[in-house]
Amino acid sequence: MVVQQEIEQRLQQQFSPGYIEVANESHMHSVPANSETHFRVVIVSDAFEGKRKVARHQQVYALLAEQLEGPVHALALHTYTPGEWQQRQEEAPQSPDCLGGSKADSAGA
Amino acid sequence: MDIIDTIKDQIENNSILLYMKGSPNQPQCGFSARTVQALMACGERFAYVDILSNPEIRANLPKYANWPTFPQLWVDGELVGGCDIVTEMFETGELQTLIKDTASAQAAE
Repeated sequence: MVVQQEIEQRLQQQFSPGYIEVANESHMHSVPANSETHFRVVIVSDAFEGKRKVARHQQVYALLAEQLEGPVHALALHTYTPGEWQQRQEEAPQSPDCLGGSKADSAGA
Repeated sequence: MDIIDTIKDQIENNSILLYMKGSPNQPQCGFSARTVQALMACGERFAYVDILSNPEIRANLPKYANWPTFPQLWVDGELVGGCDIVTEMFETGELQTLIKDTASAQAAE
């Protein structure tokens, strides 16, 4: 739970999101039980207004650089402005199934 | 050749380039699979690099790109994004337009 909380806390502080969801999806991958390696984040914030998706994601990656260099191997990101979120009827895509490429893989993402 | 030069070279010389885990026919990760599927559905030729068999690129591209994970789609020398962005662009039709425009510009050269 530690990494998950860290991620959520950092995002809360930086983006004051109107909606945030940080899900640990590690159980969907070939990692030991209770791992904190694969996460899915949905975040809705005014801070993304006028920014391209690449820039939004880079902003989040920079904020979570420490986690990404350490335990976190995958971070699915869904970043929306409040307007975009409404347009999507408050739904973000689900993550794909794992195909096993990370097996015997210690180098990280 | 320095690895960063190799990366620059690849990005400069391939107007549609995907860095992924595995190959388009045998992707080794769900995120790579989903991305390459969207890209193939655009119906244009593209280049790819399997980062699982190119560990040096895998280790160095994230810093160069300011993007910590794979896959990465590069179009016209610019990072378009990873799985989440590419999939969302495909859903809205943006990706198809971008890829088709890039391919026809390339053919006209």
